[in-house]
Amino acid sequence: MEPVHDIRLLLAILAPLIGAGLVMAAGKRPNLREACSFLAAVTLFGITVSLVPDIRAGRTLRFMVFDLLPGLSVSLRADALSMIFAVAASFLWIVTVFYSAGYMRGLKEHAQTRFNTCFALALFGAIGCAFSDNLLTLYLFYEIVSVTTYPLVAHHQDEEGYEGGKKYLVYLTATAKGLVLPAMVLIYVLNGNLDFAGNIRTGIIPPDVHRGIVTALYVCCLLGFAKNGIMPLHHWLPGAMVAPTPVSALLHAVAVVKVGVFSTVRVMLYVFGVERMDALNLGLPTAYFVSFTILGASIIALGKDNLKLRLAYSTVSQLSYVILGVALLTPAAIEGGLIHIANHAFSKITLFFCAGAIYVATHKKNISEMSGLGRAMPFTFGAFAIASLSMIGAPPVGGFISKWYLLLGALDAGSIGIMVVLVVSTLLNAAYFAPVVYQAFFGKPSEEDTHHGFKEAHPAMVVPISICAIISVVIGLYPDFFMQFARAVVP
Amino acid sequence: MTVPNHNDSFPILSVLIFSPLAAAVVTAAIRSENLLRWWTLLATTAIALFSLPLYGRFDCTTADFQFVEHASWIPALKINYSLGVDGISLLLVLLTTLIMPLCVLCSWRYIQTRAKEFMICLLIMETAMIGVFCALDFILFFVFWEAMLIPMALLIGIWGGPRRIYASLKFFIYTMSGSVLLLVAIIALHLKVGSFSIPDMMGRGFAPEFQCWIFLAFFISFAIKVPMFPFHTWLPAAHVEAPTAGSVLLASILLKMGTYGFLRFSLPITPHATHVFMPYILCLSVVAILYGGLTALAQNDLKKLVAYSSVSHMGFATLGIFALNMAGVEGAILQMINHGVTTGALFIIVGIIYERLHTRDLGEAAGLGKYMPVFAMFVGVFSLSSLAFPGTNSFIGEFLVLCGGFAVSKTMVVCAVPGVVIAAAYMLRMLQKVAWGGANNPDQSHLTDLNVREILTLTPLLVFVFWIGLQPQPFTRVMHASVQRLLEQVK
Repeated sequence: MEPVHDIRLLLAILAPLIGAGLVMAAGKRPNLREACSFLAAVTLFGITVSLVPDIRAGRTLRFMVFDLLPGLSVSLRADALSMIFAVAASFLWIVTVFYSAGYMRGLKEHAQTRFNTCFALALFGAIGCAFSDNLLTLYLFYEIVSVTTYPLVAHHQDEEGYEGGKKYLVYLTATAKGLVLPAMVLIYVLNGNLDFAGNIRTGIIPPDVHRGIVTALYVCCLLGFAKNGIMPLHHWLPGAMVAPTPVSALLHAVAVVKVGVFSTVRVMLYVFGVERMDALNLGLPTAYFVSFTILGASIIALGKDNLKLRLAYSTVSQLSYVILGVALLTPAAIEGGLIHIANHAFSKITLFFCAGAIYVATHKKNISEMSGLGRAMPFTFGAFAIASLSMIGAPPVGGFISKWYLLLGALDAGSIGIMVVLVVSTLLNAAYFAPVVYQAFFGKPSEEDTHHGFKEAHPAMVVPISICAIISVVIGLYPDFFMQFARAVVP
Repeated sequence: MTVPNHNDSFPILSVLIFSPLAAAVVTAAIRSENLLRWWTLLATTAIALFSLPLYGRFDCTTADFQFVEHASWIPALKINYSLGVDGISLLLVLLTTLIMPLCVLCSWRYIQTRAKEFMICLLIMETAMIGVFCALDFILFFVFWEAMLIPMALLIGIWGGPRRIYASLKFFIYTMSGSVLLLVAIIALHLKVGSFSIPDMMGRGFAPEFQCWIFLAFFISFAIKVPMFPFHTWLPAAHVEAPTAGSVLLASILLKMGTYGFLRFSLPITPHATHVFMPYILCLSVVAILYGGLTALAQNDLKKLVAYSSVSHMGFATLGIFALNMAGVEGAILQMINHGVTTGALFIIVGIIYERLHTRDLGEAAGLGKYMPVFAMFVGVFSLSSLAFPGTNSFIGEFLVLCGGFAVSKTMVVCAVPGVVIAAAYMLRMLQKVAWGGANNPDQSHLTDLNVREILTLTPLLVFVFWIGLQPQPFTRVMHASVQRLLEQVK
């Protein structure tokens, strides 16, 4: 079907950008400032949802923003793949605005205007990535995300914050500049443009290019989008956990890391194409390569007592599910990988929100200190339990659907090895999440804690947590909303 | 090749060249220092506005020289006064006229002694610089080339820092020795051709050995000016000691003379030798990119940092020129303009820091962002531009240069790519320090943010950063035909 030119795409990426400007202008008036964030988030979500009927009808929407040089442009596209990411990210931004207001005010954090401005700018980058029509646009917004999230990571402006921020920038910009940029230049030289293909089959690399070069380009893209957290280039993510929790929640569980996997997947499917990857035998080796990340990160997570760090390693592990699914190159596996972008987003943000709520209410960061807290904070830990189930992949929560399709896909691909990886990783997920929930509800609180009489955090935090947990279940019971997009990607 | 004589009744180039000189004469008669500044600003701005029709009336479809003026000067020696611009020199002329008012603005407070002489030097420089880019007669070119040297040496030697005499002498000796070789080459060419007309000498097919000698003479002269590794050592010294306006002129315009020389003389006059020496020059370019970058990374003196970054950036320009293909040469010309815009702005920024803190030490300038947010915004944009952030001017230039490079030698580009990463490292390091600093910054609370004059100085450059970055076609369009012919000549 012919692409349709639609200005809503431009409006979608402008919403967070203008929002950032308004937040900055509102400055020291907190209520007005948060209202601006909220307004931008709602506008973005509204525009994104308004695109759904068109995408459902099988249309691809496009908008040319800047025509740079022949074959080189900044242009936007909305297709089924973009919708999975855009809908999840834009919805979760609304929830995070409330949560973040509760968190930042609860802790009386400094520089909240800068924080909110950068937050909106990061969303601008993320939505831009979701709606990129070509590799250049993707790279542009990818870099915008890197730069605008630095102030969020280094927010506390102490030694630890600067150290985390430095690591963050070094990993993300060095890989993007050192690997993605040259790959992009070479693809442009070989192909004459950088536009993504119209479907996932063919890709855009001309057929006569030597297989060695294609493989090198592929490896550059796989490792270059280091926001995808593939080991050994994952260290920035645990380092970034020094950021305030809303950042860890929306950015390091949803927006930033998903920008990484989304970009990787976009390039795998729409630059290299399933047929080319299959012909060059790139799929299965990639799947095995990311299996190391899936298992390795889970094993590291087992040993982390700091809740946010454990969640961070869990994220590293879960992100690779998406890439694993796509790398298997079978329809079911690709669908499973793609909906995991949304499923993981809703569940992981719940977990991070919980970690933040626990910190605001009790100032506790370590799992070993949370014994018995579940009785004092039933909503928070209840939500934590639900989201953990999703991570483990138990029905009826969203994660189950992803894992089901991934296993089906692995079966289709005839790869016993990958099935074993999925099963072992499920056990590992259970091993590092179940004790947290068990301790919280059935553990004995320390005398000091009993004395303190902890309560749930502010409703501005608990309500978003509950909403996200409920949605995690809803998309497990009714997976069709995201599944229809995943199916549309795989014709 | 003949010089087509457009029946252009108005000698716009002569007016552009000599009006700064006329303004200098008026300046000499002005007594009030304040009036002096306003007059110079008015004159340079008027010249800048007056140069705009050059672009408006430029015919992009032809590679011929335009706005041509021709008059006999010394008939006995066949020396003529002939001027003209083509797609290669047009943008450089416009860059020169744009930069001049900004130089006056950034010297407003900085220059307190001998302001009159300073302004006269600036205006004479403008005459010489425009002359160099417009001259179509070798002797005329050489006169302007040499005329540039004296005011520049004076700018450094009189209004410079503590080691100004040393820096000024070093600059003078280096450039002068290059000029001597240039003169020798000019005379040798004259003996062969019998005229000094530059267009007459292009595409002559001189004997290969003769070409090699001429090429080497040209090369040393221009390589000093660029400056290419290993002829670069005068540059940091000159930059560090020069007043802000001197550094800006040096970086924005004077360095371009070298690369302009390659494009105007080396390539079309000695095409055979160009091919012979091409691999070596590509190697030197890559060395400059890496060496300049690594050295910049180690600097704590802001001016030295920007100076070494120039070595690296100009390495990209020479890499593009000697790739000898469309993308490479166009990218190189764009890179020259971009470097003029961005590095000029960075030197103005360093000047602004120096005026406030009386130091250029990166550690002393840490954490300015908190008290100078507008300034931090400008620093942010220009450092991102300098590291070739997508969406800014340098990205397009570097992208095209890398494309051109890939078409010639993949190895060479792979070697140059770390330079891109290093550029990100040193620029982000500077940006991070200046905008944020560390946990214990010096007290900057007494500082005031930018005033209107300073904002006015930086804003035009900011506009160009995004204009070239997002709409490069108006800039590439004018050079297309000329570059095409240049490449035909060098084949």
